[in-house]
Amino acid sequence: MRNTLAIARRELGSYFNSPIAYIVVAVFLFLDSALYFSTLFQAGQADLRELFAGFWPTLLVAIFAPAITMRLIAEERQSGTLELLITMPVSDWEVVLGKFLGAIALFGVAVALMVVYGIVVAFLGPLDKGPALGGYIGLLLMGGAFIAVGLMASSWTRSQIVAFIVAVLLCLGLWLIGKIVPFFPRPLQPLIEFLGIDSHVANTARGVIDTRDVIYYGSLIGGCLLLAQQSLESRKWR
Amino acid sequence: MSQTMIKVDELTKDYGVHRAVDHVSFEMRAGEVLGFLGPNGAGKTTTMRILTCFLAPTSGRAQVAGFDVSDQSLEVRQKIGYLPEDTPLYRDMLVYNYLDFVAEIRSLPKEKRRAKIKDVAGLCAIADHLGRPIAELSKGYRQRVGLAQAMLHDPEILILDEPTSGLDPNQIVEIRSLIKEIGKQKTVILSTHILPEVQATCSRVIIIAGGKLVADGTPEELQARERGNRYSIIIEGAPAEAVRQKIGAISGVARCEARPGGNGATELIVDASGSEDLRRPLFRAAVDNGWTMLELARKSASLEDVFRKLTTEDAAAPAAAAAAGKGN
Repeated sequence: MRNTLAIARRELGSYFNSPIAYIVVAVFLFLDSALYFSTLFQAGQADLRELFAGFWPTLLVAIFAPAITMRLIAEERQSGTLELLITMPVSDWEVVLGKFLGAIALFGVAVALMVVYGIVVAFLGPLDKGPALGGYIGLLLMGGAFIAVGLMASSWTRSQIVAFIVAVLLCLGLWLIGKIVPFFPRPLQPLIEFLGIDSHVANTARGVIDTRDVIYYGSLIGGCLLLAQQSLESRKWR
Repeated sequence: MSQTMIKVDELTKDYGVHRAVDHVSFEMRAGEVLGFLGPNGAGKTTTMRILTCFLAPTSGRAQVAGFDVSDQSLEVRQKIGYLPEDTPLYRDMLVYNYLDFVAEIRSLPKEKRRAKIKDVAGLCAIADHLGRPIAELSKGYRQRVGLAQAMLHDPEILILDEPTSGLDPNQIVEIRSLIKEIGKQKTVILSTHILPEVQATCSRVIIIAGGKLVADGTPEELQARERGNRYSIIIEGAPAEAVRQKIGAISGVARCEARPGGNGATELIVDASGSEDLRRPLFRAAVDNGWTMLELARKSASLEDVFRKLTTEDAAAPAAAAAAGKGN
């Protein structure tokens, strides 16, 4: 556990050692809020849903998450530091989990900064606190899922660009599945809807965090981290 | 007094169809500084990666400090300090922060880390650079940070993969003396393809070529094994041809070449037929004939000769086989 936290802290520190973290977080916050506030005034309702869920936030996170995860393992493979890291007395799990937590922490920083938007909106009109809180948690869960996908992609290659593109494609895939539910035969539709991330994002944005959503996010994150760990371990059976 | 620190038994590693390490066995005792010698691609790095639990062997076993690299990988990794080839470090970190991170991963208690980092930094002569980003350091200083990183937890065994590659001659000398210093207390394996390095730092040498172990011994033993029994002498006071004939007649001399040197002296190269020492008979011959002997030296094969002989013989065979395979 201590190793995991040490790795997570190092990852978070290394994000802030480079300008990339600042740029990515700033761009994300700017685009998300610009797209949100432009619709807020049209709708004239103090509702944060479009800040966390819906079309734009999901699309933005599907690109933002791979941008922060692409370096996690690919860069270490490329530079050779991975060899040094995993020949220290740490398990492959601790490496994967530490990196995951480091990226989540950076995403958490971005989400924490979005609390400012909530406060601004609360001044503009009566804010329903339940859905707002659910929205923040839901955003973290969606981010966690996409970060796990990105970490997995990063473990497959030594090229950050490849890791980024693969992760974006997978994240967009999860997002698109939810969009094309009506094209599937009726009996399959609930399954497809469950597989897509859209329905879960919509649930949490309503302030409802259902067991189905927890299972969905939990198994998606767990599955991706397991595959990332397997990919690290594969050096031993190749 | 010294227990076995590393035991490698019939170690084999295949990458697909390519056999990188081929049934290598050796043992190492505590306190030895072992030079792992071989041409590029001989299997040095692969062997080290197996010892550090980065790769798993295809077959065979390896034990480090009594722990098996496959079954007790965590214990093995606690016992060793490792510096991979090309010194991969987190360049965006400050030297101190990096060493602190390694110390934490190495389970050093928080209150002891600072003192320990200072200690090791002093030993590796990087105490003045702890506040600098690793990216700004020269290759020599990065190498020192790499060594410091490997020694933070006082490992019993240090595994250094080409610790001096890419350094300038001054840095090489410094890193070598540092390794020698470390080698007084610890068991060290270092790989290299630079021969003077082995002579300067190692108490024992293992030569591998084409994945196979071809020699194992002290640098002196290896040189002695390949020693041509050859003498070079310079004689004054007689015509070259007369000297050549007299020397050639000494029993035990297989061959004698003479050529005129400067100032009427004669330079001779004498090859012995056996292994007995010919310095005395040669000297006596000079005295008996009233010559003046200006120089008498016994030539030994350099480690370089040994290395070239062993590695080209063994490397040539698989290469020839591969070429034949392609022809079919």
